[in-house]
Amino acid sequence: MTMSPPSATNMAPAALEPVVELRGVGKRYGTHVALRDATLNVWPGEIVGLVGANGAGKSTLLRVVATLARPSRGSVRMFGIDPTRQQRDVRARIGVVSHTPYVYPELSCRENLRFLATMRGLTGDGVGGVEALLTATLARVGLHERMEQRAGSLSRGLLQRLALATALLHQPALLLLDEPDTGLDVGGRDVLSGCIAEWAQRQGSVVFTSHDLGWVQATATRIIAIEAGRIVVDCAAEAISADQVAAVVRAGEQTSARAGTGGRV
Amino acid sequence: MKAVLALVWKDLIVELRAREFIGSMVLFALITIVTLNFAFDLSGAGREESGAGGLWIAFLFASVLGVGRSFAVERDRGTLEGLGLLPVPGGTLFLGKFLSNALFLLLVQLVSLPVFALLYTLPALRPMAILFVVVGNLGLAALGTLFSALSASSRSRELLMPLLLFPLALPIVIGCVRATTMVYTGDGGETWPWFNLLAAFDVMFIAVAYAVFDFVLEE
Repeated sequence: MTMSPPSATNMAPAALEPVVELRGVGKRYGTHVALRDATLNVWPGEIVGLVGANGAGKSTLLRVVATLARPSRGSVRMFGIDPTRQQRDVRARIGVVSHTPYVYPELSCRENLRFLATMRGLTGDGVGGVEALLTATLARVGLHERMEQRAGSLSRGLLQRLALATALLHQPALLLLDEPDTGLDVGGRDVLSGCIAEWAQRQGSVVFTSHDLGWVQATATRIIAIEAGRIVVDCAAEAISADQVAAVVRAGEQTSARAGTGGRV
Repeated sequence: MKAVLALVWKDLIVELRAREFIGSMVLFALITIVTLNFAFDLSGAGREESGAGGLWIAFLFASVLGVGRSFAVERDRGTLEGLGLLPVPGGTLFLGKFLSNALFLLLVQLVSLPVFALLYTLPALRPMAILFVVVGNLGLAALGTLFSALSASSRSRELLMPLLLFPLALPIVIGCVRATTMVYTGDGGETWPWFNLLAAFDVMFIAVAYAVFDFVLEE
């Protein structure tokens, strides 16, 4: 199923440069093709929800954009620059939440953020400097009462909030969130949705994956569905119903089940 | 420089709270020193040479156990990817990990040396002997850090690490054994050429690892 983009999400808004430009991007792991011919632009202020069955290629697409995986073919440009040549410039402008939180269980929430702030050379603005920035970031994700608690003693949901704080700390232009809603309770989900909306309002961009199609539908401004490594739907969120999204994902699950996991060549 | 120190601070705090490396490294070094004390004939003329050899075997094995796992632990936790996403040069990550590993090894040596001196009745705490321990430590930490990162992604990393480290650490181990033997026998005048050679190896290993670390951390 391929839908044309009715709101022309892949077309350039006037005088804006795309945050992400993928052209015919493919990614292979040995003989396994995880991503095929992905072409898309992500614009400032967009909230892109990636949906698809397990092994469809959502995480691979995110990893390519996050500079964690080199594409086997095609070209990637981020913020108008080539991430393979100016990797550090790109990494300074992205925030990533992965399946595994990038936090040290032995350090407290504040210590984890302080470590990252120093590594990123953050100084903080105004009164209080970097410590005020750490406090504000932890408060934003609802961890203000657990700042001195070690990350290892946090529940899965609270750990996910801390992971979100690590991604927000340096106020990146692009947030890449791989199943950020995993383990979150209702309050946590509200915090996450609030952060995503706030980011988009500030003309930041967000690309996220989730298996909760209803939440994706409610949160994203644009939905991209991937099936066996190929983008099969790319349209504005209001242009596709939740049932249509679910049908695409189910079709992908059946394809994956027939082919093993993902596409093989 | 702040990033390097932040990495060292993080490693020290994590180790202080998790006690993952230093305890096992110290225990392993002590067991090796004690075992070799019984295995070697320490009554004869070759006591200094046997002792120096035993000491550096203990340090080399302890470095595999601790330094060799420094990146594997980051990978197992999932934080290696997070470190790779930071906008800092790979060389900065190398320097931070290298300094942490050198500190860990130094702590192991600080505990092991008095025990070694007591068991082998050798002047292992002479300033010159300690100087060679420090110089050898830096070389082992540099190589260990580099190969730890190289082997972290491998399923056979426990095998790969010593296979990579031992051959390339040979110049350091041979140099340190010869130099410390001379210090133990009191032949201090001949040790400076060894010091220069070991220092040159240290600089070379650190510089090469610093230069190539961006490629080592790539996918």
